Amino acid sequence: MSHNSNAYLQGIVLDEETYCSFGELCRLCGASAEQIHEMVAEGIISPEGRTPAEWRFTLVSLHRVQTVVRLHQDLHINLPGCALVLELLDELDSLRSLLARS
Amino acid sequence: MEYKDYYQILGIARDASPDAIKQAYRKLARKFHPDVNKEKDAEARFKDIGEAYEVLKDPEKRTAYDRFGANWQAGEQFRPPPDWDAGSYEFRGSTAGAQGFSDFFEALFGQARAQSARQEFRMQGEDQQAAISISLEDAYRGARQTLTLNRPEMDEQGHVSMRPQQLNLVIPKGIMAGQRIRLEGQGLPGHGGAAPGDLYLEIHFIPHPLFKAEKRTIHLQLPITPWEAALGASLTVPTLDGKVQLKIPPNSQSGSKLRLRGKGLSTEKTQGDQIVTLQVVLPEAHTEEQRALYRGMAEKMAFNPRTDLGV
Repeated sequence: MSHNSNAYLQGIVLDEETYCSFGELCRLCGASAEQIHEMVAEGIISPEGRTPAEWRFTLVSLHRVQTVVRLHQDLHINLPGCALVLELLDELDSLRSLLARS
Repeated sequence: MEYKDYYQILGIARDASPDAIKQAYRKLARKFHPDVNKEKDAEARFKDIGEAYEVLKDPEKRTAYDRFGANWQAGEQFRPPPDWDAGSYEFRGSTAGAQGFSDFFEALFGQARAQSARQEFRMQGEDQQAAISISLEDAYRGARQTLTLNRPEMDEQGHVSMRPQQLNLVIPKGIMAGQRIRLEGQGLPGHGGAAPGDLYLEIHFIPHPLFKAEKRTIHLQLPITPWEAALGASLTVPTLDGKVQLKIPPNSQSGSKLRLRGKGLSTEKTQGDQIVTLQVVLPEAHTEEQRALYRGMAEKMAFNPRTDLGV
C-alpha cells in the first residue's frame, strides 16, 4: 500500500447550492455544447437564466449530465429514454430512503 | 491470472448463436449498469459482461477463445499457451474504456491495442466513481478522514492496475447522503501526456443507533411517560451536537413532532433541523396499587379514543 500524499484533499460537493456556467458545465462533464443544449431542451437539466450566456446550472446537474452520457454510450439509450431513466432513478432513491427510515 | 468463462458470465451455452449472445449481453448490461444498479459489485459485473461480449461477438476472437476448450473452470489459474500470438488481434474502441479489461483478456487480445493507443492518441483519463461510508457525526461537524480506495497506478510499461491506496479527504460540514464530492485530477491517468480524469465519491451514512437522516433533517424517536406527555416536561435529548434540553408542552400526544433548529445537517448556506417524534410509552401495571391508579384514571377521565370509529 502506498501513500498518495499527506495533504487532505478538498473536493467540491455537487449540491443544489453551488452553480456553474454553461462553459464550466461542458468542461466539468466533458460534454459538448450541443449535448448540453439537447439535455436542456429535453428538460433533463434546468438552468436558471434566459439565454445560454446567462445560464447557471446547479452542480447536481453535473451528475445528471454524466449519467446521461454513460447511459447513452453504454446502453444506447436515446435522450427521452435517459430522461425517463433519471426520473425513475430519482423516484427509486426517494422510496429507498423512505424504506431505510421506517 | 485467472481463467474467465465468458459463456458463464453471459449465462449462455457454448454453442449460443450470435443473436443469443447479443440478447444476453444487452439484458445483463441493462441490469448491471452501475448508474442503475446500486449493488456493490455492479461495476465489476458490468465490466465482466462487456469483456465477455467483446470476445464472443467477434467471430475471430470467439474462435480463438474457444481453442482453450471447455475444460477450464472460471477462476482457475491460467497461462496462455507458448504458441499464442496475441499480436495478431487488433483491438480498437471498447465499452470498458481505459480502466480496461482483465489481465486475462489483455494477455489474449489486448497487447496490440494498448501499444497503439499510447502512440497515436492523447486522451484524457477516465473518471472514477466510488462510494464511501461516513458517520452522521462526521457529516454534522465536518471531518478529516483517511480512506482506503482501490486506485489506479501506472507502472513503467504504462500498464494500469488497481491497488489499495490511502486518500486523505476533507468531509465538508453538512454533507448529505447521496451527495457526491468531486476531486479533480484524482481519477485514472491520461494517455499520451493528457490530463487524468476525476474522482467522484458518493456519500453513504453508516447506520446510526439513534438517529436517521432524511436529507438535512435528523430524526429521533423520543420515548416519554404518560405524565410527561400530559403535564409537560423539560427532558434531556441527544443530538449530533450533544445533549440538549427540550420542553415538552402539556397534553402532547404520541407521534407529535418537535423541532430543534440547527441540530440537523447544516451548511453555511442552509440550516438543517432535528425532528423529535414523541412516543408515549405506558408503564405496565403489575401491583394492586398500580392497577388502582389506572382504575382511578378510568373513573375520573371521561375519554373515548374511538369516537372517530363511530363506536
